[in-house]
Amino acid sequence: MSEHDAGLPMADGPTEAAGAPPIPLAAEPADVSRRDLVKLLGMAPLAGALDWSQVTVERAARMVRALQPVDGEQPAAYKPKFFTPREWRTVRVLADYVIPRDERSGSATDAKAPEWMDFMLSEPETSDNSRLAMRGGLAWLDVECRRRFAQPFVGASDAQRRQVLDDIAWPDRARPEMSYGVAFFNRFRDLTAAAFFSSQMGWQDLQYMGHTFVPEWQGCPPAALQKLGVSYDLMNTRVGIQR
Amino acid sequence: MRARIVVLAASACESARILLNSRSSQFPQGLANSSGMVGKYVTDTTGTDVAGFIPMMTDHVPHNEEGVGGMHLYMPWWLDNRKLDFPRGYHIEVWGGLGPPQAGFMGGIQRYPGAGGYGVKLKNDYRKFYGATIGFSGRGEMIPNEDSYCELDPRVVDQYGIPVLRFHWKWSDHEYLQSKHMQETFRALVAEMGGEVFSPMPSKERGYGLSTGGSIIHELGAVRMGKDPRTSVLNANCQAHDCRNLFVADGGPFVSQADKNPTWTILALAWRTSDYITEQRKQGAL
Repeated sequence: MSEHDAGLPMADGPTEAAGAPPIPLAAEPADVSRRDLVKLLGMAPLAGALDWSQVTVERAARMVRALQPVDGEQPAAYKPKFFTPREWRTVRVLADYVIPRDERSGSATDAKAPEWMDFMLSEPETSDNSRLAMRGGLAWLDVECRRRFAQPFVGASDAQRRQVLDDIAWPDRARPEMSYGVAFFNRFRDLTAAAFFSSQMGWQDLQYMGHTFVPEWQGCPPAALQKLGVSYDLMNTRVGIQR
Repeated sequence: MRARIVVLAASACESARILLNSRSSQFPQGLANSSGMVGKYVTDTTGTDVAGFIPMMTDHVPHNEEGVGGMHLYMPWWLDNRKLDFPRGYHIEVWGGLGPPQAGFMGGIQRYPGAGGYGVKLKNDYRKFYGATIGFSGRGEMIPNEDSYCELDPRVVDQYGIPVLRFHWKWSDHEYLQSKHMQETFRALVAEMGGEVFSPMPSKERGYGLSTGGSIIHELGAVRMGKDPRTSVLNANCQAHDCRNLFVADGGPFVSQADKNPTWTILALAWRTSDYITEQRKQGAL
């Protein structure tokens, strides 16, 4: 991984290895591009997932931050560039089924996840296949809901929506005829989670504590060491051994 | 532009491309290419990766941590090749920890035990499994071969109308067996930690998970050095055998590459070439 942060197909880092798709990621690793690291840390995303450079990812983060109210003032409403108005309504409803509000944090729409997704999908770096998969998947969802309830997803009741989601959200137990819905939902869930957890709200939710100044390095906290049953003792004993 | 001395440092394959495109009546096969070796014996680092879920690491203790990558933890080659079915070796880069959640965060959550679905349980699964993944990337040495090379594409030009390169690649069993060894080693490490690998062992038909040639982006060679002008382009000072005021100072002169990133060696060779040029100029030989 190298020295560069080159385009997607170039992975100085983890590549298409383990039967899984490209895994790359990193914080200036010796041999992996940053994007590679990002992916690896998150585990290899499935099928053709993310092909964005760090620059694009950072632009998306800035865009989302700019949507938050400043001193109580709401910024101008976001205008979707990729999603049609109809898709936009579906995405907003669906995203909150994936990541709802709970006692620890807000929902996907609270974190502006749909805006993040729209931004990413409209980026030139995003492959046409990814765009097609999203559009086609949303259309599949509406077709399926109309078939069952004579209503698109947004028009269906909560129980009806859950009925369809339950059929596509668990790949291991999904019926074969649901395979297109499963593929779509895997991707949609990945994107929603990436959008939510990469936001400020998501970082707080996960108690991500990096990117902060450490005045004095005291090593890994005892509680974290204890959890894994490891300690610095071995290292410390070795130091004096050969005297 | 006229110059007394020309130093090409356009990157390994690009320098080869410039030479091949510099055809004249004096150099009908391209500049400095009387051996026909320009573009030949391109090498890249071998690579394959395995990631696993480590149950012991679920429900992490929050603390100030940025995740770990190849820059932090690196295992040099440690085995004796006499006992192995492939030559040379590889190093291991280790990944994991609580990296900043970004695009790609925990993609494929449904592959974790009992995970998938949607809603509050899913949200809790992301919290639970965050930081519970460790990955290994093997990066190894390829034995350069004559089937891995670049040449001018007879039909395609770039936006300036200049012919581009096309590439041919062939790994041999040396690299496939090395990749198999990496896969087996990394899977054993994950198992030893009580973990579960996310994907099955890639079969022989899938090349044991070996990366596509060029994808580790350590392309070297294509303007290789050597003692014999019939089988190499440059001499030991990276000076063209055919053209004494022409030098190449990038990854092109490499005859082989170690498992590690090549940048420092490129710098060292370029330095050495610069010293040689200075010395020759002082002597009035160039």
